[in-house]
Amino acid sequence: MTAHKIFGAVAVCIGILCGGCAGTETADNGITLWHWMTDRDEAFQELADRYTEETGIPVKIKLFFPPGLYSQKVIAAARAGNLPEIFGILGEKKTLSSFIQAGHVENLTPRMNAQDAAWESRFYPETLAVVRFEEDNAYGVSRGIYGVPVDTTVLQFIYNTELMEEAGLDPDAPPKNYAQFIDAGQKARETLGIDGFICGWAEGWLLNALATEWAINIMGEEKFQATIAGEIAYTNPQWIEVFTLFEDLRESGILANNITTITNKEAEDAFARGNALFSFNGSWAVNVYRQLSPGMEYRFFALPQVSDDHPVKIWGGAGSAFMVNANSPLKAKASDFLEWLTEKEQQKYLVAETNNLPAVKMQRESLPVILRPLVDDLGALTHPNVWPYNEDSRVLEAMNRGLQQIVMGIKEPNEVAEKVQSIKDRVTEQ
Amino acid sequence: MNLSFRDKFSNFSFVLPALAIFSVFYLYPFFYTFVLSFQKYDLISNPQFVGFDNFREILFSGDPWWKNDWWSSMYNGAFITFWALTFQNILAFALALCVDKVIRLNKFYRVVFFILPVLSEIIIGLLMKQLLSGEPIGSDVLNRWLYSMGLGGLTGEWLGEETVRLVTALVHCWKGFGWAFIILLAGLQNIPEQLYEAARIDGANAWQTFYKVTVPLLLPVMALVFVLTILGTMQAFAMILALTGGAGGLTEVPVMRIYDHLRIRMAGLACAEGVVLGIILIFVSFTMLFISKKIREKYGVLPS
Repeated sequence: MTAHKIFGAVAVCIGILCGGCAGTETADNGITLWHWMTDRDEAFQELADRYTEETGIPVKIKLFFPPGLYSQKVIAAARAGNLPEIFGILGEKKTLSSFIQAGHVENLTPRMNAQDAAWESRFYPETLAVVRFEEDNAYGVSRGIYGVPVDTTVLQFIYNTELMEEAGLDPDAPPKNYAQFIDAGQKARETLGIDGFICGWAEGWLLNALATEWAINIMGEEKFQATIAGEIAYTNPQWIEVFTLFEDLRESGILANNITTITNKEAEDAFARGNALFSFNGSWAVNVYRQLSPGMEYRFFALPQVSDDHPVKIWGGAGSAFMVNANSPLKAKASDFLEWLTEKEQQKYLVAETNNLPAVKMQRESLPVILRPLVDDLGALTHPNVWPYNEDSRVLEAMNRGLQQIVMGIKEPNEVAEKVQSIKDRVTEQ
Repeated sequence: MNLSFRDKFSNFSFVLPALAIFSVFYLYPFFYTFVLSFQKYDLISNPQFVGFDNFREILFSGDPWWKNDWWSSMYNGAFITFWALTFQNILAFALALCVDKVIRLNKFYRVVFFILPVLSEIIIGLLMKQLLSGEPIGSDVLNRWLYSMGLGGLTGEWLGEETVRLVTALVHCWKGFGWAFIILLAGLQNIPEQLYEAARIDGANAWQTFYKVTVPLLLPVMALVFVLTILGTMQAFAMILALTGGAGGLTEVPVMRIYDHLRIRMAGLACAEGVVLGIILIFVSFTMLFISKKIREKYGVLPS
C-alpha cells in the first residue's frame, strides 16, 4: 500500500471522527428549536409550518427524548458552542443561571419591555417569574427576563368522580382537609376495594412538592423560606408535623401498595384504569388521561388543608420555557418567532391540541372545562424557581429519601428530620 | 533492520486510527474523571478545584460515617454480590455440570440459559416489576401462580420493605447466572477426558472424581467467574433502577448514586464516587486473584 493510500485512510478516519462531533445543523437561513415534549411535538411542527408560511423564515423543530437525554444534549451542545437558536433548559433555576452566566442565554428584557411592555404583559406573572431574575438575586445573575414560557404547570390533587359516587361520596364535594381526605380514601378501600391514593413516589420530587405544600400550609411561606435560608431547623416541631403527615398516610392504609416503587407514568396509568380514587399530579396529566382513558371523569381539587393558620400554596408555575441562544447570529429572528408563538392565537392552538395550561393570559371560557379551575389558582402558585434561595440538592435528596422511608415504615419522622438537618448543617458549613 | 522515518511513520499510521479512538473515548474520559473528582462542577459553569472535599463527603460524612448513604449503597451492593457469588454461581455451576454431561437437548439448554444475560436489563427490570407487583400497577403473576400450585402460604408482597432487597438480589442472580454458566461450561469442557478415565481406572467414585479432578482444574475459571461476578454485580444499575427505583435507599447501589448525582449535575461528586468505587473494585479483584493463586499453588494446579 502506498503512503498516499495510508494517509488517505487516516484522513477518512479523522473525517469520520470530526463529522461525529460536527456542529448543530441550522435550518437554511432559519431557526432551529430543540425540545423534549413528545406530546407537543406535532403542535410545534404545525405552528412552525404556519410561521414559515407567514414569514418565509424556515423553522426546524427537533425533538429529543427522554428528558434526561435532552438535558445531556443541551449541556454538551453548550460546552461545544453548538446550541441551536432556541432551546429549553430542564431543571432548577440554578441550572438556568449557570447557562446565563456562561453567556449562552439572551436577556430578552429589552424585547419584552418594548412598546409599553406589550410582550411581557401577555404572560401570567407567576409563569414569567420562573425565567425572571430580580435585582440582587441569590444566583448573581443580572436582572432580566431570560426565557419565554410556553405553558403553565400546576400540581394538584385529582379525584375520579365516578369512583367517588360509587364509594357513596359526594363528587361535588372533594375533601377540604386532611381528615376528610383520609376518610374518603379509606371509604374507597372499604367499599370498592381500590386504593385511596396513588402517586409516583418512586420519583422523590413528587413527595417533595407535596411536603412543601403542607409545610407552607402549616408554618407559612416565610417560615418555610427561613428553613431554606438556614434560620430554622428541620427538627422544628412544625417540620416534624409535616413529616408525620406521611406517616399518618401510611398508617391510614389508603396508599397504593409499594407506592415508593411506583413511577409517575405507572401512577398515571393506574389512576386512568380506575385503580385509585385520588392522585397527585401535574396539569399535564389532562393530556395523559385523555390518551389513556378518554372517557374517564375526573376533577382537580386543592391541597387537603392541615391548618387554617396559613393559606394554601400550590406547587406550579414552572411550565416549559424556551431560551434564545445569545451567541446565534439569528437571535433576533429567534425572538421574533417566540413572540409570535406566544400570541393568543398560537397559544389557543397549543391549548386545544395539548390540553396544557397556557403561559399567556386567556379568557377562562376559552380553556377546556377541566383546566378552568386551575387558572383560578394561579395566584396561589409557588415553586423553587421563584424563591429567593433554593435548597441544596443534597438536602433535598435526604428529604426525599427520608419521606420515602417514612412511607415505607422504615424510619420515624424525627429520625428523618435529624438526618435532613445534619446534612443541612454540613452543607451550610461548607 | 533500520527503518527510515518514513517507514516508521507509515507503520505507525496503521495503528493511528485505533489509537486515536482509544485515546479520545477511553484514555481521555478515564483521566478526566480523576481530574473532575477534585472539582466542584455543574457541567455548565467552569469547574472549581475543591481538593479532597468530594472524597471526604463520600467517605466520612454523616454520623456515624459508616452509615452514610454511600456506605449504605455499598452495603446494598455487597448484599447483592453475596447472593450472586453464592446462589447465582452455585446454580450456574450445577447447571453447567448437568449440561456438560451427555444429556438430551444440552445444546437447547445452553441457548436457553444464555438468553437472559443478553436481554436488556431495563426490560428484565420492568418485566419482573410486572410479575412481582400486585394491584394497582402489576399483574401479581407470581402470587397467582403460587396460589394455583397450592402454595398460597408463600405468597407475599415481594417488593415490600421487608423483602425488596432480597428479591432484587435474586432477580439479579436470575438474570446473571447465564454468564457464569457459559464460562464454567467452557472450563468444564476444557478438562481432558483422559483424567476422568484415569480416575475411574484408579477406582475413584463420582464424588472423588468431582472433588479431586473437576474442582481443582476448574479453580482458575472459578476465580475468573468470581472476579467477574463481583465487578458485574457491584456495578449493577439499570435492572435495579427499573425494578425498584432504589426503594427509599433499600436497594440503592453505588452506580445509582453516581447516576443520581450526575442527573442533578453534581459531576465532581459523581466522578469522585466513580473513582472510589473503581479503587474498591480493583482492590477486591486483586485480592480475589491473589487468593485464587494461593489456592492453586496449594493444590498444585498450574496457573492458566
